This record gives sequence, structure tokens and C-alpha cells, in this order.
Amino acid sequence: MAIPIAALLVSALLFSVFLLALGKSPAQFFQLIWLGGFGTGFSWSNTLLRAAPVMLTALAVAIPARLGLTMIGGEGALVLGGFAAAAVAIPLIGGGAPLVMHLLMFAGALAVGAAWVGLAGALRQFRGVNETISTLLLSYIAIAIMNFFVEGALRDPADPNKPSTKALESAEMIGKLPGIDVHWGLVFAIVACIAVYILMFRTTFGFACKIAGGNARAALAQGLPVGRLVIVATLIAGACAGMAGYFEVAAVHGKANASLATGYGFTGILVAFLARQHPLAIVPVAILFGGIAAAGGIIQRRMGLPDATVLLLQGLTFVVLLASETFYGRLAIFNPKARTERT
Amino acid sequence: MDAGLALSTVIAAMLGGAIRVTTPFLFVALGEMLTERSGRINLGLEGTLVLGAMTAYAFSYATGSPWIGVLAAGCFGFLMGTLHASICRLPGVNDIAVGIALMLFGTGVAFFFGKPYIQPTAPRLPSISLGGWTGDPRFEQALQINPLFLIGIALAIFLAWALKNTRMGLVLRVTGDSEAAARALGHPVMLIRLLATAVGGFFAGVGGAFLSLYYPGSWNEGLSSGQGLMAVALVIFARWDPIRCLYAALLFGAAGALGPALQSIGVTQGYYFFNAAPYILTLFLMIGSAGSKKALRDAPGELSLTR
Repeated sequence: MAIPIAALLVSALLFSVFLLALGKSPAQFFQLIWLGGFGTGFSWSNTLLRAAPVMLTALAVAIPARLGLTMIGGEGALVLGGFAAAAVAIPLIGGGAPLVMHLLMFAGALAVGAAWVGLAGALRQFRGVNETISTLLLSYIAIAIMNFFVEGALRDPADPNKPSTKALESAEMIGKLPGIDVHWGLVFAIVACIAVYILMFRTTFGFACKIAGGNARAALAQGLPVGRLVIVATLIAGACAGMAGYFEVAAVHGKANASLATGYGFTGILVAFLARQHPLAIVPVAILFGGIAAAGGIIQRRMGLPDATVLLLQGLTFVVLLASETFYGRLAIFNPKARTERT
Repeated sequence: MDAGLALSTVIAAMLGGAIRVTTPFLFVALGEMLTERSGRINLGLEGTLVLGAMTAYAFSYATGSPWIGVLAAGCFGFLMGTLHASICRLPGVNDIAVGIALMLFGTGVAFFFGKPYIQPTAPRLPSISLGGWTGDPRFEQALQINPLFLIGIALAIFLAWALKNTRMGLVLRVTGDSEAAARALGHPVMLIRLLATAVGGFFAGVGGAFLSLYYPGSWNEGLSSGQGLMAVALVIFARWDPIRCLYAALLFGAAGALGPALQSIGVTQGYYFFNAAPYILTLFLMIGSAGSKKALRDAPGELSLTR
């Protein structure tokens, strides 16, 4: 716990030095992050709106990580899951059965997301294909598949703006939570984090995954079905990212188009690593980075910094965080339990 | 347009496209090959490629000389490689994860500083005309070759020779195959990996310079779309051999040129499918080559990628 927080502080410090070198005020920068991300009710809803999909894509990284797999395909599963939801909805829009439509959309998004990451898991398990590279490649392919359909067969001719699938009617969209301007995806995301925590830390399945991730040979010698564990875990991981895609379509955009691929998957990677791949820690970390992303606009306007500022800060944090991993088990003052946990 | 003419137009466009598209693949692949031969994998070359493209454009714009841009891109790539190696040398740090982080970091830096360079036009790299003998304007157009392509080929041949025949090549191979053996022989393992990663980053940076200074030939945020990553997969397919890297890069170049080539004769159906062709090809090549015994035999022993 202490080391990731220290890494966050160090990267904030480094970023402050960077801002000073550019002649900008770090104090103003962090003040604007506070203001734009957490200062008002409006900024909170903006933050949570971004945190919800990030929680789910972070789970898509954290679950395979428990098995020792570095999978970074959340972006692809989100995009394709969202696209599947939008595609399933097309014949049902305005059909007067929104519940059926949403159930089918939800199922479609989860199934496609699960299949997408599960494919990388199967390739890893049965063909030895490196899962990091394959998941990233599959993300590019997913975006290409979506564009192929959105600009071709499934393009809604009535939409004058950018190519999209047919939009849900606004009455058919998923509603807001009571009292706050955030859709139900947030609740689903938090519940998913808790459910994954229980599954991965409190069940025999989760324990088997941990053994398989620690030493696959020992797990096999114990008679654990390592192949099946990998497949099931990657399917669940993909379903989480697919769920994020469903909510992006069903509650935010109402249709599938290029704005589905906004980098939630990539933020999810960073969030999962900062949370030390722990499903419950993902919730606050996702909210933190949701807030930073939400403040991006105001930082751009007030300080004249480019919109890539948030991306740069994320990249810097990621680099510092990974460098900090070397301290695990070496700095007893920071984490007295680390030595025993590592063994 | 009759079929024969259309076919030769496609072939000319694919040839030209392949030569153009190949170069960044080739440079990144050679850089990654060098790094992986030392026993480490740098997935961050995608970020290095984007950063190289941005710095090359910026320096070319500021100095008026595209070659200074190429050199600057290489130097920033070198720095990125050094950063990767310096973090990876810390105990308990995973090189694949650091690569992912540097991918984001390099892209972030490039987008942050690249904003002012999206509009202006920087001087681009010149090309050498080699197609005069064909007497066909389409092939003349296709054989407008950039010097970097030739440098890349020369580099591949040189690296193949150097790895096999020089002392440095031998030391690099020992380090990649067995860290313990290299230590026992008294070689500074971490320093060798640092140099291999940094020089690999230099090559990737030059590959990025090609993107912004020759083809497509301008700087924007959508410039690189996974070329750096595909090049990493390409190295596995090429089984860590520089000459095979060259062949594989040409194959990827041709795949990447397929979409635009078909577009040149008016086939726009499935544009996005053909754009995805290189990714799909990469995936299939990985599926084909990952499990093969040959790949396992040729893989550097210290590489975490194939374990």
C-alpha cells in the first residue's frame, strides 16, 4: 500500500518539476485537478462517469494477472462489446420492449468481450502465443472490425454526423442513479469489483488461479486444470471489459462509433497496476484517475496545456510505479509484511 | 479499366507501398532484435516510434534539415531505450510491464510536445529515383526509394555479419543465451543489455523519423498505429535473425500496402478490413511461429517472452 502511494507522490513531484520547467504553476495544476475532478457535485459525476468503465477494464487486467498473465486487451473487448450491444439493439430499437432489448444487449456485450479476451487466453494456453502482444493486436483488430461495420453495413443513414450505428431512443437509454448524474454502470462496476474480489480471493477457484499463476508446473502436479483456469479467468476478464462497452453504448453514447475507443482500456492497465491487481483497490484508484481525466478539459482551458497532458501524467506515473516495484521486500520500513508475502 | 492494367497498377502500388511501409517495420524490428538478443524484451518501442516521429518532425522543422531530424529521433530513441534498461536493471521489475508503461509514456510525451507541429510543414527526406529503366510512370513512382530503406537493408546485413563474426556480437549472444555464463566470463551483463536496448531504441527512433518525414510524411497523433508492436511480433516470426527480419518486414510492408493499393484502382469495399490486414497477419504468424520447435531453438535463452 505504501509503495504505490509513494510512487504516486514521486510522479506528482516529477510532474511538478516538469511544469515548472515549462513555466506553469504546479499548484494551479493540482488545484485544477481537484476542482475539475472532485471539487463540485458536477465534477464528481464527471469523474464517476469516467471511473466506471475504467474499473471494469482494470478488472480485465487484474484477473489474468492473478494467473501470471499480462493481458492488456481491455480496450478491444470494450470496443467490441459495445459494438455488439449496439448491433444487437438495432432491430429492437423502438420496439416497445426495452427490457428484452437491454438484456440481449448486455448478454451480447459480455459474450463478445469474453470471447475476445478468452481467445487470447486460449492462444496463450494451447499455442504458447505471448498474451501481451496478442491482446494488444486484438485491440487494433477489434477497432478495425467496429469501423468496418459502422462505416459500412450497419451505418445508420439517418445520422448526419460521424458514422454510427442506429442510436437508441433517449427514453430507452439506461437511466441515472438517484441523486447523482451518473448512470447505473457505476454500481455494476463496483459490484463487479467486489464479486471478482470474492471469486479470486475467497473461493477455491481463486486459490487455484493463484497457485497456477505462481507456478504452473506445481499446479499441474497438484492436479489443477491449469488450462481450464486460464480460459475461465480470461473469459471473465473479457466479460468485464465487454460490460464496460455495454454501458458506454446503453447509457452514454446510445450507439457505437469511433468514440468508444477513447483509451479507457489503457487507463485500466495503469489503474490495475497501481492497485497491485487487487480488485477492491481498483475502485479508489479508478476514481482518482477518472478525476484526473475529468479535469483534463479545465486544465486545457485554464492553463493552455495540450489535451495530452493527462496522457503524459499517466505515462509518467506508470513508469515511476514500475520502477518502484523493485522496493517490494527490500524496504522493511515501508512494508514489514512484504518479506513474508513474497514467499 | 481492363483487368491487366488494373492488376499491374495494383502490383506497382503494392511494390511502392511495400517499399515505403517496410522501412519503419525494418528499423523497429532490427532494434527489437538487438534488444531481445541481449535477453530482454522492450515492448515500449511503439512509444519510441511515436516519439521518434514527433522529434524528427520538430527538429526538421526547426533546423530545416530532415537528416538532423532523423538523428534527433535516433537520440531520443536512445534515451527511451536507456530509460527502459535502467528501470529493468532494478531487481524485481518486469521488462514486459515496463515496456507497456513506456509505450504510454512515449506516446504521452510525443502528443504533449507535438501539438504545435501538427499544422506546419517540415522539410521531408529526399528520395532516390531508381525506376527510370522501366519506362512506366507507375513503376517509376513506385521505385522512388528513400535512402533510409537502403540504410536499413545495409544495417540488417551488417548486424547479421556482426552478430556472427565479431567479438561484440558473441558477447551479446552469450548475454542473451545465459546470464550466468556471461557473468562467469566476466562480462558486465547489465551494461551490455543497457547498450543493446539503447541502440535498439535508436533504430526504433529512426524508424519513427521515416514515418513523419517520408511516408506518410507529416506529424499527427494517428501516425503510428501499432507498427512498433507488430515489429516485436515480427522479430519472433523472424526467429531473431536480422536477414529474416528484413524478409518479414517486406512481407508486413506488402500486407500494409494492400489496402491503399486496392484503393488506387477504386476498390474501396472493405477498406477497414484491409487496414486490419497487418494485425491479422501478425496474429496468424504468431500463432504459427509461437509453438514451433525452430522458434524455441533459436530463441535467446534469457528471454521471458517464449518461456
